[in-house]
Amino acid sequence: MTHFLTRLRGLIAAAALGLGLAAASLPATSPATAQAPAAPTPAAPAQASEQMLFNYLQGNVQGRVTIPDQRAALLIQPQGREFQHFHRTTLKWLGGIAIGGMLVVLVVFYMIRGKVRIEAGLSGRTIERFNGLERFAHWLTASSFIVLCITGLNISFGRELLMPLMGPEAFATWSQWGKIAHNFLSFPFTLGVLLMLVIWIKDNIPNGEDVKWFAAGGGLIGHGHPPPTRRFSGGQKVIFWAVVLGGGAIAVTGFIMMFPFQFVTTMEGMQLATQLHGIISIVLIAIILAHIYLGSVGMEGAFAAMGSGHVDLNWAKEHHGLWVEEMMSAGRGAAAPEGARKAGAD
Amino acid sequence: MARMKFLCDADRCIECNACVTACKNEHEVPWGINRRRVVTINDGKPGERSISMACMHCTDAPCAAVCPTDCFFTTADGVVLHSKDLCIGCGYCFYACPFGAPQYPRLGNFGSRGKMDKCTYCAGGPEADNTPAEYAKYGSNRLAEGKLPICAEMCSTKALLAGDGDIIAQIYAERVTRRGYGSGAWGWRTAYKDAATG
Repeated sequence: MTHFLTRLRGLIAAAALGLGLAAASLPATSPATAQAPAAPTPAAPAQASEQMLFNYLQGNVQGRVTIPDQRAALLIQPQGREFQHFHRTTLKWLGGIAIGGMLVVLVVFYMIRGKVRIEAGLSGRTIERFNGLERFAHWLTASSFIVLCITGLNISFGRELLMPLMGPEAFATWSQWGKIAHNFLSFPFTLGVLLMLVIWIKDNIPNGEDVKWFAAGGGLIGHGHPPPTRRFSGGQKVIFWAVVLGGGAIAVTGFIMMFPFQFVTTMEGMQLATQLHGIISIVLIAIILAHIYLGSVGMEGAFAAMGSGHVDLNWAKEHHGLWVEEMMSAGRGAAAPEGARKAGAD
Repeated sequence: MARMKFLCDADRCIECNACVTACKNEHEVPWGINRRRVVTINDGKPGERSISMACMHCTDAPCAAVCPTDCFFTTADGVVLHSKDLCIGCGYCFYACPFGAPQYPRLGNFGSRGKMDKCTYCAGGPEADNTPAEYAKYGSNRLAEGKLPICAEMCSTKALLAGDGDIIAQIYAERVTRRGYGSGAWGWRTAYKDAATG
């Protein structure tokens, strides 16, 4: 510290003290020597000047307090102004571009490409694509994610978009309930993400087929003639990993925020967790919007996979040809169930 | 209209914590909540200074900017106040505040926070002046009675100054000139930007 004081002496002398006018009126040979016994030259009497400590500590001014709350020992953290800027400007732009941009892209895409049809038409025969547990994991995640999205976006954008419509009191009440829902639904969401990870990771390991699939333009631009895929196409694998990794990161940062200063003990850490939570959530929301589009209005026959769990055989052949072959060959090798009779045996 | 500010003369503060105690008593601040605190830097070393810190009632207040429910407002005197009816206890203002002013009673599940509490510059809240409702939520409203904040009023060494920014800056400047040293108006650069100090 003493070494540092000596080093910064010139700086302090220049930046000096009080309110500018005070510095100007200070005599050059101030009787400061008595105040700074450790200082070889009396030019800078103020060992504890704010600017000097900012330079030394690169921002935070930390001290000692006698009250139990030791966080209060952080006297000044100027980067709070950066947190302010992030929330007021950066996050708003990011959210507007990512989410608004994705909505525009989807609408334009729908107008150009239209609904992706089953080219061979409905076969009338179905094949089981997702069993009960898989659909449970999906809808557990999906339903909690939708509420988390709405309540989360409300925290970031509600003040500009909703409050003028609802009025401050109603908006505060709604936001209060939203916060409670956001906190509690984090648990089913996390459970759903973990379940999906365990159930589907074996079908989602990226491989060379995915590269070919993407090279051919995937299922959208390739207009129904992408290379046949196994259980999940390259695009679906992207969704899977976005949800698992993005959702996992959102869960981790979210729990850090929910238990403030428990897992992360520094102010910088808490600020970073809050900012990351916002950024990753917005990106994931944009990705999931595309996922919802394709699973509903964007593609004929796709919703049934997560609806009834059974998809039309022609849909399956067109989108997951290799998977259908795997299922069929497995079915051919299987023993007939007990009591089954050959067709036409009656 | 005056622009109310706090200024702590760190060369006068003797870390008696009377401002902290007076504040807690005046407003019946709950256990575990400190609207004002005294921080000692360079403790036990040459250049030790103590600074009494509370809400600085910033210009372009960061808390107000990040609040999801827009519960903050600035009075004609430049005092930053908030409405506990609108606060949802999200905690963003604590991350944005450069001075660690927002405090939260801990209640409910997990680390969930109650409604934020902070220094009101002894100016109450949005309720009508000196009503029981205002007192219950924000403490007493001395400013409405023509008095300055209790912490500065009773400071034994007159280290903590409260009042119009120009006037207390002038008082501090005179002190610095007379005694020949001063460690600056703590937090003014961060709180008021233009009124930057050394």
